[in-house]
Amino acid sequence: MEKEHYFSKDELKRFGDIREFQKTLGDKFFNWYGEVMKDGALSAREKALIALAVAHAIQCPYCIDAYSSGCLQHGADEEQMMEAVHVAAAIRAGTSLVYGVQMMDHVKKLTM
Amino acid sequence: MSIHQKSKSLAARGSELSETFIQLEVLNSKDLMDEGFPLFANKVAEAGFSPLCATGIEIFQINIGKLCNQTCSHCHVDAGPDRKEEQMSKTHLEKCLEIIAANPEIHTVDITGGAPEMNASFRWFVEEVSRLGRKVIDRCNLTIIVANKKYHDLPAFFAKHKVNVVSSLPYFSKVRTDAQRGDGVFEDSIKALQMLNEAGYGQEGTGLELDLVYNPSGAFLPGSQRSLEEQFKQQLLKRYGIVFNKLFCITNLPISRFLEYLLESNNYEAYMQTLVEAYNPATISGLMCRNTLSVSWDGYLYDCDFNQMLDLKVKPRNSRHLDDFDLSSLRNREIVLNQHCYGCTAGAGSSCGGTLAE
Repeated sequence: MEKEHYFSKDELKRFGDIREFQKTLGDKFFNWYGEVMKDGALSAREKALIALAVAHAIQCPYCIDAYSSGCLQHGADEEQMMEAVHVAAAIRAGTSLVYGVQMMDHVKKLTM
Repeated sequence: MSIHQKSKSLAARGSELSETFIQLEVLNSKDLMDEGFPLFANKVAEAGFSPLCATGIEIFQINIGKLCNQTCSHCHVDAGPDRKEEQMSKTHLEKCLEIIAANPEIHTVDITGGAPEMNASFRWFVEEVSRLGRKVIDRCNLTIIVANKKYHDLPAFFAKHKVNVVSSLPYFSKVRTDAQRGDGVFEDSIKALQMLNEAGYGQEGTGLELDLVYNPSGAFLPGSQRSLEEQFKQQLLKRYGIVFNKLFCITNLPISRFLEYLLESNNYEAYMQTLVEAYNPATISGLMCRNTLSVSWDGYLYDCDFNQMLDLKVKPRNSRHLDDFDLSSLRNREIVLNQHCYGCTAGAGSSCGGTLAE
């Protein structure tokens, strides 16, 4: 049946199905993904917080859903999670603001 | 500080979920089975445990009453200050002692509740078990220690009998702890932990073990026990100067008040799905039901405290009560399984002693 909206919670559960059209690459992706998120030089909790921040930066509802749960599961608290979102927001805001230097240079060049 | 209770018990509120058959009906609802939640018993059989049997009785876990000074929103016992009737009698405790004394393979007596310390015969019972030379675990909610003057000496009493104190602390922050256990619980828990530390608990070289229990404050699974223990140790020491031995991660099972929370917050299906998807056959051989026997306040026998709360008694019909205790029937009994058992096999597994396969 044709869907009437682009995002559906069920699609997240079916993420693994992407292997149906390309199994080899799909398997490689999921194995790599699993390894990336394990405890390493960074803990799994720190990685979940980074993932949560990135999820907000790229505004991915699936990732926000998955990593809100993931952060809770790994023991992050609400304050840490919101700080991670602020980091994403600050970097995004900074990215816009740093172009202000280009704007200033143009303005200075064009004006007396 | 006095505790502000989250609510009353399901029983006191007359909730239909206080009936165990209603809970079992929810857990086995046809809709969910059609949605693809396979029977837990079949999953266990696929893993080669057909049937799943006990391997002995090493831990004798006694739920000595449902009376508690807290009404935590996740409580699988439906305990609370309003559960005054369900208290194990001294006669039944004497029967427990007789069984423990006669069976040396029982190395640990695990006392739980409710707040077990509120049972009038609690101290007498601990003294008697201690005299038998068996390890005693008290599952203490911490706040009982500061709830009333008559409990202030509990740390000294525990220390005298070398009781292993296992205490619930869902998180090292007030917001998360109080949301699950009632306003004021965090502050009282910290005071109680400091009193236990002063009595030598959790301190190196004393042999006095203080373990904490972490269970998630919501519809999610616990993370890595090792990593959470590290965080708890760092944070409790830094913020409050508290030390402890081990942290046990316990998954919330979908029964009683946690089931009510899941249904009311519309999280039930997603939580069951999470448990089923996280099923890990490597946890089966270490499941606590295999070496534990659980006894209810009125003397009935169960495979675990969760089965007890669903009134799923042990299989052997000839030995379902303390008065009919028959070790030969119980030692390798077939375990009674149901859909809630997915809670103990999810991820790294869950038991009263923490994870099973991390």
